[in-house]
Amino acid sequence: MNLTLYVWRQKNADDKGRMEKYPAKNISSHMSFLEMLDVVNEDLIEQGVEPIAFDHDCREGICGMCSLVVNGRPHGPEKATTICQLHMRHFSDGDVIYIEPWRAKAFPVIKDLVVDRSAIDRIMAAGGFVSINTGGVPDANAIPISKTDADTAMDAAACIGCGACVAACKNASGMLFVAAKVSQFAHLPQGKVEASQRVRAMIDQMDIEGFGNCTNFQECEAACPKEISIKFIAKMNREYLKSSMAPTKG
Amino acid sequence: MDTMQVSTMCHHRPVTAYKTSIGMKLLMGITGFIFIGFVTGHMIGNLQVFLGAEKLNAYAHTLQSLGALLWVIRLSLLTFFAVHIFFAIKLYFQNRASRPVKYVKEVNVESTFSSRIMIWSGLAMFSFVVYHLMHFTLIITNPEYAVLKENLDVYSMMIVGFSNYWISAVYMVAMIFLALHVNHAVFSVFQTFGLTNAKWIPLLRRIGNIYALIILAGYLSMPVGVLLNIITLH
Ligand code: FES
Repeated sequence: MNLTLYVWRQKNADDKGRMEKYPAKNISSHMSFLEMLDVVNEDLIEQGVEPIAFDHDCREGICGMCSLVVNGRPHGPEKATTICQLHMRHFSDGDVIYIEPWRAKAFPVIKDLVVDRSAIDRIMAAGGFVSINTGGVPDANAIPISKTDADTAMDAAACIGCGACVAACKNASGMLFVAAKVSQFAHLPQGKVEASQRVRAMIDQMDIEGFGNCTNFQECEAACPKEISIKFIAKMNREYLKSSMAPTKG
Repeated sequence: MDTMQVSTMCHHRPVTAYKTSIGMKLLMGITGFIFIGFVTGHMIGNLQVFLGAEKLNAYAHTLQSLGALLWVIRLSLLTFFAVHIFFAIKLYFQNRASRPVKYVKEVNVESTFSSRIMIWSGLAMFSFVVYHLMHFTLIITNPEYAVLKENLDVYSMMIVGFSNYWISAVYMVAMIFLALHVNHAVFSVFQTFGLTNAKWIPLLRRIGNIYALIILAGYLSMPVGVLLNIITLH
């Protein structure tokens, strides 16, 4: 099939950037969206044009590296699918496709479709861990965990940290990501110990990074390739309320 | 990495709650919830217009007889209103700043129309409340009501007021904005306080729709009742 692409091109962080029109010729419906871009890039290289820069790594939907807004939707139109797992059979011959980077103040564009997502790492560094200060590896099953808690924690832990929630949110809020991480720990006994400090630390870092505020649009849930539910945002709000009522030390 | 501003869990000094995004959300939620209560009570109280002049005017007298307490309630409502509006505007600008470059292709998948226009329906409500107070409470826009107001003849005030097409139109348009605003507010309040789960999220959205329709029908029935001569002076 033949397609027309409008792709965001931006030399570097200081460049203003603009949409460029490129034809995508002889695309097989078996290709993934990223393979289609590979073909377009080969064409561009042949013509002596700088190829389109985009992020990717595993190309199997588990690393969270790929990050394209396709026709206004992070990771494209398919439910529960990363853009690397989206196949061209979901498009038809003659389609016009708009490809843009994640748009958020917290995710500045580095080049073309590649954005700097280290804000997410800094939120994790602020509290997305369990402190283990000493001792050996504990025995498996030494701490009993209910099936429901294990399952819920696992649902939250499915987050691959791609940032599609931020890209989809009308406010560029990072709440769904932070909520998934906070909930994943808060549902497990190992994480509960620091639950109160964690939620405060992660939210404060989230605010420092310049993410917007959640106004319950629910766009994040629709865009999430791992279908993380906004029920985790409610869970984080509960955790936050609990923590603000907890006695503080020092 | 070393120039990065990272707070670690142990050295972390918590930011004052109302300055954080969730803290501000909670303030919006608490004050918003109070207004959901107020809007409901105000509607039920005024619907007594359908029961006749005596009933409605007796209700007005009861409210007036609260004396000092009425002023406490009025001033508290005014304060909550100011807090709600202050943070709404602050959040609006913060949220806009969080996406400095807009998408060329912008689509809506899950978000509702009412959720996207909260700031505008809210500002419409603010302007309406200013007018409403000047109209019926402070008697600035229609000084001819002064005598009725003195006798606490709320019944006649409402009928005289809504007999004017322009005034009725303003009230009806305002109530549409109110319904749109509360439609998103109901779900939002519960979600903000963490009182939802996977099952309740769609349910609360539905409840929000129904509640908005009740509010709309209730409030619209008054000007419509006057215009259709269902409620009359005699
Ligand atoms: S490239 Fe790893 S999830 Fe898409």
